[in-house]
Amino acid sequence: MVDFGFGLVPSSRINLDLFDSEKYEQLAEMEPDVRICMACGSCTAVCTAGKFVPTSLREAIEDIKNAKPDKALQMLESCQLCGKCSMVCPRGINTRHLILSISKVYSEK
Amino acid sequence: MIYEGKQKIWSEYQKEIPDDHYFYVRSCIRQSFFPASEATFLDITRNALGKDIFETEHHTTCGGIAYHSDTIPQETVMTIIARQFALMAKHGYENYVCSCITSFGLYCETMETWREYPELEAKIRENLWRSCKLEFAKPKFLVHASDLIYKYRNLIAAQAVRKLVNVHTGEPLKVVEHIGCHYSKMFPSKGVGGAEYPYVLVGMIEAWGGEIVDYPERRHCCGFGFRQYFIKGNRGYSLSNTHKKFESMEPFKPDLIITNCPGCPYFLDRWQYVIAESTGKTYGQDGHGIPALTYEEVAGLVMGYDPWDLGLQTHQVGVEPLLDKMGVEYDPAKKYLGMNGKDLGAPAPCSCLK
Repeated sequence: MVDFGFGLVPSSRINLDLFDSEKYEQLAEMEPDVRICMACGSCTAVCTAGKFVPTSLREAIEDIKNAKPDKALQMLESCQLCGKCSMVCPRGINTRHLILSISKVYSEK
Repeated sequence: MIYEGKQKIWSEYQKEIPDDHYFYVRSCIRQSFFPASEATFLDITRNALGKDIFETEHHTTCGGIAYHSDTIPQETVMTIIARQFALMAKHGYENYVCSCITSFGLYCETMETWREYPELEAKIRENLWRSCKLEFAKPKFLVHASDLIYKYRNLIAAQAVRKLVNVHTGEPLKVVEHIGCHYSKMFPSKGVGGAEYPYVLVGMIEAWGGEIVDYPERRHCCGFGFRQYFIKGNRGYSLSNTHKKFESMEPFKPDLIITNCPGCPYFLDRWQYVIAESTGKTYGQDGHGIPALTYEEVAGLVMGYDPWDLGLQTHQVGVEPLLDKMGVEYDPAKKYLGMNGKDLGAPAPCSCLK
C-alpha cells in the first residue's frame, strides 16, 4: 500500500432519523435549561476534569442532538460535579442538575 | 397528474441558449488535465455542426482559482472578467461561452453583483480603462460549453456512429452524471434544470442512448473544493468526498461517469487511483476503475473519434473496458504515441488499479 501523506477521514455523517425525540422531551421536562444552551463552551473552558480527559457538557448536549447519546454519556462520565461550570454559564444553567439528568435519562435503556 | 401543469413548471427550469455565434473562452486547467476536450468541442461545433465559435489567444484565466483560494480580491477578478468581456465586444460577439464551470459560476456571480450594485460595475469600468484602456459590454447570453453540447445533443446523435450501448448485450450503458457545483448550485436559474433537477448531462445521455444511474449521493460534491485540495493537510477531506460518492454509486455498477466541470473528472479519476493504492478498493469490474470522462470526450466517442485523439490515455483509470463495451476500435500500441508518432512513454503500472 502507498502512503500519500493523507488518507480517508472518518465519516462525520449525522443520521437525525436516529434522534430519540421522546427521550429528549423527557430530559427537557426535567431540565428545561437544556433548550437554552447556546454552546458557548464556557463550561468546557473551566472544567477541571476536562484538562485531563475528554469531558465537555457543550459537546454532550450536541451529541444528544446529533443522535449520539452513548458518546454524550461517555463525555460526562468523568465529571466530578464540582460546579465550576454553573458559575460561568452566561445563561445561568444549573449545569450540575443538567449533567445528572442527562445521565439519568440516557442511562435507561 | 396534470401534464400541462408539469410542463409549465418544467419550463421555468429552462434557460435560453442561442443557437449560434459565440465567443469561446478556454479553461486554464482543463488543457493540462484533459488536453483534447476543448479541441474536440471546437471541432464538433465548428466542423461537424458548422457553428460560429470564435476564440482569441488574447484571453486569460478568469482568476477563479485564485479567488476561491482567497489570494486575490473580488474586484481584481471582476476586472479580469471585464477584460474578457471587452475582448468579446471588440470581436463583435454578444454570446459568451466558457469551458470551465468555475469560470461560469464566477461570471454569473460577477453579473449578479453588478446588477445588484451598479456603482461597483462603474468602478470596474474605471479600473479596466485605467489598466488596459479597454471598455466592455456585458454578454447578452452567458452559457457554459456543456449547455451548447446539450443544445446540439440531437444534432450530435444524428451524426453518431455508435450509441452509449453495450454492443455485447444490447443493453444501454449505465451512466453516472456529475454536475459541477458551480454550474447551478449557486445560481439555479442559470443552469438547465436549476439546482434541483440539473438536466444538462442527463439530456445528453438520453439522446445518446445511455441509462441514467440515480444513486443517493448523486448531487454530492466531487471533492475538489479548492482549499480542501490545495492544502495537503486538508486533502483527506477531498479524498473522503470522492470516496463517499463511489461507495454510494458502487451497488449500481455504473459503466461510465460523465462530468461537465474541470475539477470533477480529474478528482473522480485520480482519487480512484489513490483510494485503490491506499486501501486496495476498486469500483469497476475485475479490479478496474470507473472511467470518468468529460462530455466532449463522450460526444467524441459517439461521433467516432479515435479514443487516443480524444486524449483518453491521459486518464488515470483505464478506458479500455468501456471502449470494448461500446465496440470502439482502438490500437493499444498507439496509446502512448504523440501526434508525431513519437513514443511518449507509458506511466508506471499501478499495484492495485488495473
